[in-house]
Amino acid sequence: MHSGITISQSDSRPMYLQIMEQIKQRIALGDWVPGQEIPSIRQLAVELRVSVITIKRAYLELDREGIIVTQHGKGSTVATDPDLSPRLYDQELTEHVDQVARLGELLGHSPEELANRVREAADRLVKEHV
Amino acid sequence: MTTNTDLAVQFAGVGKKYPHFTLDDIHLEQEEGSIMGFIGANGAGKSTTIRILMGLVHQDHGMVRVLGHTMPHQQAAAKFDIGYVSEDMRLYRTATIDWHMRFIRSIYPTFDQAYAEQLCRRFDLKPQQKVKGLSHGQRVKAALMLVLARRPRLLVLDEPTTGLDPIARQEVLGELMQVLSDERRTILFSSHNTLDVEQISDSITFIDRGRIIDSGDKEGYLDRWRRMRVDVPPGVSLPSLPGTIQKASTGRITVLTTNSFDPAMTALCRDAGATVHNIDRMTLEEIFVANVASRREGVLA
Repeated sequence: MHSGITISQSDSRPMYLQIMEQIKQRIALGDWVPGQEIPSIRQLAVELRVSVITIKRAYLELDREGIIVTQHGKGSTVATDPDLSPRLYDQELTEHVDQVARLGELLGHSPEELANRVREAADRLVKEHV
Repeated sequence: MTTNTDLAVQFAGVGKKYPHFTLDDIHLEQEEGSIMGFIGANGAGKSTTIRILMGLVHQDHGMVRVLGHTMPHQQAAAKFDIGYVSEDMRLYRTATIDWHMRFIRSIYPTFDQAYAEQLCRRFDLKPQQKVKGLSHGQRVKAALMLVLARRPRLLVLDEPTTGLDPIARQEVLGELMQVLSDERRTILFSSHNTLDVEQISDSITFIDRGRIIDSGDKEGYLDRWRRMRVDVPPGVSLPSLPGTIQKASTGRITVLTTNSFDPAMTALCRDAGATVHNIDRMTLEEIFVANVASRREGVLA
């Protein structure tokens, strides 16, 4: 089975996070269904040309988040009830928002101005998708 | 000492003295089924370490075990289990690739002809071609093909991707990963191309001036090392942060590198009156350079 996962070297996020995100995406889109077997750690490592330990890390985190179930010696499957609430992204978002707040302070923007800028950015994104 | 059968490579207290270079107290362990990247500047001792591992150079002292064989005494037996490719690998200039395949097959009964032919196709090599007509990249791929087709349990590669173009590099890395689909096979490769090491290695060992300066799993490195930019207003002094490797201040901004990052550091700085502006992850190359620089200068408190 070809996983369709791609790794970008210009993405500043670590490789294991990129892999996690794309696996979640496939599950969210229904390409990979609950209970379905997914590539083994070694298979995916060979396919993506990425070290075994990196894939192991991604699977471990996905397991911890209840998205996949890994049984020693039996491989991994999509959890029967995968919890796709994006805890990890939430943490990332918090970091980015903190950064926005810091930059805003540096430039002397008020919290209201900052909120407006964020709203404008969100509006732009909605328009791009239309 | 207990013998761990899951270790493919084990060095304990290994040393070798030359007139102008000393390899000092090398400890190294690599698990079976993993890829280890061995990173060092030119002349750091990578090749000497690898030659000791192969039994080509005898250590003055210390214990070396490779796949259960004690080196250098059992090197004859070990050589059947090890595949070694180095830059100075000599192929016969006037002979063809096919001649080399037959030659290796006559020595190593495990040589898999079908796999060798498959590799030739994937590496874009023509068996009837003579070595003297090959480009550098083709020679490296030919040497690698001859070794891979024996399916050795341990592959030792000295700078396997040096001088390869991007296509050939990806072909070689892909083939190395293919080897790892068999979880009993192990690869140790040296490189000064940290990008390759970052991509495919499970564990990483840094060597500098004949000493191992750090060794550990790759995810751990990338997780622990960070570069932070901190705004330190006048009159405020930065609290001492664990694992600080480098620290440089210009004006109010202090840039520091830590090898033991903890998210709580932001709060520590804030409590002291300083503000953390950026926390950047580092590439393996940046980690290596910072590591070497700090060891050479002497570690900061």
